Amino acid sequence: MEFELLGEYLPLFARAAWLTLWVGLTGIACAIVVGLVCAVVQHFRVPIARQLVSVYIELSRNTPLVVQLFFLYFGLPKLGIVLPSTTCAIVGLAFLGGSYMAEAIRSGLEAVDDGQSQSALALGLTRGLTLRHVVLPQAVALAMPAFTANIIFLIKETSVVSIVALPDLMYVAKDLIGTDYNTREALTLLVAFYLVILLPISLGAAKLEKKVRYAAFGS
Amino acid sequence: MQLSGLDVLFQGTNFLRLLGGLWVAARIALISMVFSVIFGVPVGVLMTSKNRVIQVVTRVYLEFVRIMPQLVLLFVFYFYVTLILRVDLSGEVSAIIVFTVWGTAELADLVRGAITSIPAHQYETGYALGLTPLQVQTHIVLPQSVRRLIPAAVNLVTRMIKTTSLVVLIGVVEVLKIAQQIIDFNRFEYPDASIWVYAVVFALYFIICYPISLLARGLEKKWALTPQPSR
Repeated sequence: MEFELLGEYLPLFARAAWLTLWVGLTGIACAIVVGLVCAVVQHFRVPIARQLVSVYIELSRNTPLVVQLFFLYFGLPKLGIVLPSTTCAIVGLAFLGGSYMAEAIRSGLEAVDDGQSQSALALGLTRGLTLRHVVLPQAVALAMPAFTANIIFLIKETSVVSIVALPDLMYVAKDLIGTDYNTREALTLLVAFYLVILLPISLGAAKLEKKVRYAAFGS
Repeated sequence: MQLSGLDVLFQGTNFLRLLGGLWVAARIALISMVFSVIFGVPVGVLMTSKNRVIQVVTRVYLEFVRIMPQLVLLFVFYFYVTLILRVDLSGEVSAIIVFTVWGTAELADLVRGAITSIPAHQYETGYALGLTPLQVQTHIVLPQSVRRLIPAAVNLVTRMIKTTSLVVLIGVVEVLKIAQQIIDFNRFEYPDASIWVYAVVFALYFIICYPISLLARGLEKKWALTPQPSR
């Protein structure tokens, strides 16, 4: 291992890590929005929209992100829809992540016992207050493990965005392996950077999960 | 007449080649899954051990393999581990090894979860009824753990199949690579082939994964320990 090389490559990887994070977080934010809309549509059984959401969820969950991105980036331009690489990656992550987020939120909503909202209504709370103070806090707590698992899953999935020509961590590593043959240094930094990004999120998720569970169920 | 991009698939052996590529991907997934079950079950049982050393070692293995994107694991193995070990492995063999290492970790965790989810009173009731420890294991614990394990394991199969789409990035010629070849070869005759060909690849993955997902869901419902309230 040549340590000067590590120093030389560090800025390259740092820049790529920002891209990975930026694309990942924007994609996750969009996925949460998509997921929330889908979960609400399914929970309240909105006609027609509900069937469309089911079809979308099955399509999204049963195909790999790589194939989705190939279609978006290389297929859609033939219909005249040309998306820049970044947009493509974010749309891809939102398409993939939306269904996972929807399932997490929906299972959270469904897991709250009916007795909870019935009791709240019987105590004189309005429907809005019941949803806000009784159902949602518990649903969020119940959905939290699946939710944080999805966030980690989606950041890991960003590792394939180099196929739509985005210079992320994988792209830089592959580039250095191909041009300089410094395989060892490039891969060491690759693993190190993914650990630096994902380990805090993973540990933070475990902490958050405990905290929200405590808030929901008391001591 | 303008040639439609979909026709390109029915030129010569194009569609058969695409299916051949799909088989390469499916083969990687199947072999990796078989090895993952072979290694994952004993590792999962090992994880329930009270031994501190075993707990720490299996935990570090599980967390590392889970936190790293599968593509990173694939790169590290294909470009680096083969270099250290001085072995020359094809992309396909590398992929099978990496997916087995990953699948073993995932399956082991499912096995651990299935075993530890059996509440203590199940054991105690068995003993109180006069069953021997072996009988308790085979007649009470095992049937219940297996019913919790199998739906999740079937789900892992779909994840494994979807993950095989990554192997195109280490140069394995599978369905996506063949799709690319078909599109490139017919660039002038069928300029809009890419949308159709990639849509078909998308559909092929869906056609394989969807029934398996349905099976997993069906088993989960059928074997739920507490009857699900009908909604």
